[in-house]
Amino acid sequence: MEENKKIATRQSYGEKLAELGEKNENIVVFDADLSGATKTSIFAKKFPERFFDMGIAEQDMMGTAAGISTFGKIPYVSTFAMFASGRAYDQVRNSICYPKLNVKICATHSGITVGEDGATHQMLEDIGMMRGLPNMTVMCTSDDTQTRWAVEEISKINGPVYLRLCRLETPIIYKENEKFEIGKAIQIGDGTDATVFATGVVVSEAIKAKEKLEKQGIHIRVVDIHTIKPIDKEMIIKCAKETKQLISIEDHSIINGLGTAIAEVLIQEYPCKLTRIGIKDEFGRSGKATELLKHYGLTAENIILQIGGKVNE
Amino acid sequence: MKIKDVNELQKYANRIRQGVIKAVYSAKSGHPGGSLSIAEILAVLYFNQMNIDEKNPKAKGRDRLVLSKGHTAPALYSALALRGFFDMDELSNFRNINSNLQGHPDMKNIPGVDASTGSLGQGLSIANGMALGSKQDSEGVRVYCICGDGEIQEGQIWEAAMTASHYKLDNLCLIIDNNNLQIDGKVNEVMSVYPIDEKFKSFGFETINVDGHNIQELISAFEQAKKVKGKPTAIIANTIKGKGVSFMENEASWHGKAPNEEQYKQAMKELGGVL
Repeated sequence: MEENKKIATRQSYGEKLAELGEKNENIVVFDADLSGATKTSIFAKKFPERFFDMGIAEQDMMGTAAGISTFGKIPYVSTFAMFASGRAYDQVRNSICYPKLNVKICATHSGITVGEDGATHQMLEDIGMMRGLPNMTVMCTSDDTQTRWAVEEISKINGPVYLRLCRLETPIIYKENEKFEIGKAIQIGDGTDATVFATGVVVSEAIKAKEKLEKQGIHIRVVDIHTIKPIDKEMIIKCAKETKQLISIEDHSIINGLGTAIAEVLIQEYPCKLTRIGIKDEFGRSGKATELLKHYGLTAENIILQIGGKVNE
Repeated sequence: MKIKDVNELQKYANRIRQGVIKAVYSAKSGHPGGSLSIAEILAVLYFNQMNIDEKNPKAKGRDRLVLSKGHTAPALYSALALRGFFDMDELSNFRNINSNLQGHPDMKNIPGVDASTGSLGQGLSIANGMALGSKQDSEGVRVYCICGDGEIQEGQIWEAAMTASHYKLDNLCLIIDNNNLQIDGKVNEVMSVYPIDEKFKSFGFETINVDGHNIQELISAFEQAKKVKGKPTAIIANTIKGKGVSFMENEASWHGKAPNEEQYKQAMKELGGVL
């Protein structure tokens, strides 16, 4: 993990999308007046004839993307996670998922790490809403390398995808040649004292915790679940069998998110205890992203405490 | 298949109505009122206007129809069956667990259905996307979208109206089925949408008012819409909810219920249909 080289997944998305636009001329991009923030502006500058600003009208944007996809286009649709999943839920459900249309919803500014904008813009329920939809693939990437891979990979599958992206700059975790596969979680380390299942922006916190715990003689593993649906059942069961303690961490509500998805697998396949770290059924608040992560316990320190390690070493 | 004879097209409208009654009666549920009001509109589109091929329902370059008021699926299914996309007998299985004919249009499993609709207010956006897609590839496709007058109370319709105008979608033709009724009663009493033509005009549409049960007026309006350049067209079709069945006409209560056996026989008799 390169702690000094940080980049937000929204930035990786925007850059990769513009690159992908060259390779695949069927890609068209929609945004709802937030292209500067979602970084679709990079694509827009390069391919103005394939970029559609829909104004502040997310419901219409989803429907329009549904329509154009029936002409063989691959629309990448971006806005903040709040509006992509919340404002336009009915459209995503009925206009896109029900007919299984090939629409890629790339939602930025997810989670508490939106920061200063506060509760109205901190989407904490989107994983739950999106993974509940039949036909939908749900992804939440953790770093630059993985995001760039995902942006291209999702163009190759036929059907709707929700890719959850972040505003906060986070460390680069993976080398450029790392191999990923949709639906296959990444196991980092093979410690047996605990497994920390993580997704998105907090994967780097889990890795930090792992490194600190190692110095204390506690050996854990981190499992980066970039695909929340379909979830990697085999990996979850394997880790439940091999490790003494299970923890999940996500920048999302503990209701219906990653922790819940893991619990659903465990309760049916290998019942055991799971500690879920996330936002505990409450709205967020304004503050710096790093302050908020600390406030809500989405940190390496909290993971260390949960595993019984010491935080001051 | 292009039928030019007005009387012949009127016969098709009537046969669409018979199919509606048959489907809703067989299902013991469904929405006859708004299905009957669009019979002429669908007859003209499917038998005079649209470039489609029942033998190749997914043909590239075909014209598209988005029935945004998806609850009037019985009329759409009836028109599609008459056009040969599937067997007329299938209408008797409407809403049946073993049939593909879902309560609302399902583009995945029903030949000839171009968009899945049902949650009101969503079809115009989908139609816009199709119109944009056609323009991207110069496919020359015309996209038709049918909305109810009550349906345009949905805010998304007006988002989509801005989009159609902003992106100069002159290959898009919106038809408003202005039958003046919705579930809770008269549209102007529940939540007025009037004046519909002025609203769409101010959103940048070419607007045409027609008698939605007059075949000739409908044909002329669709032909006129094809000549409009640089902006979308909205045809406001003034219609009668329940048209063709005396006891259903102008009765909001027939929005979403099925006739009993006696009513079914009466309706089919009035429509000259075979029981």
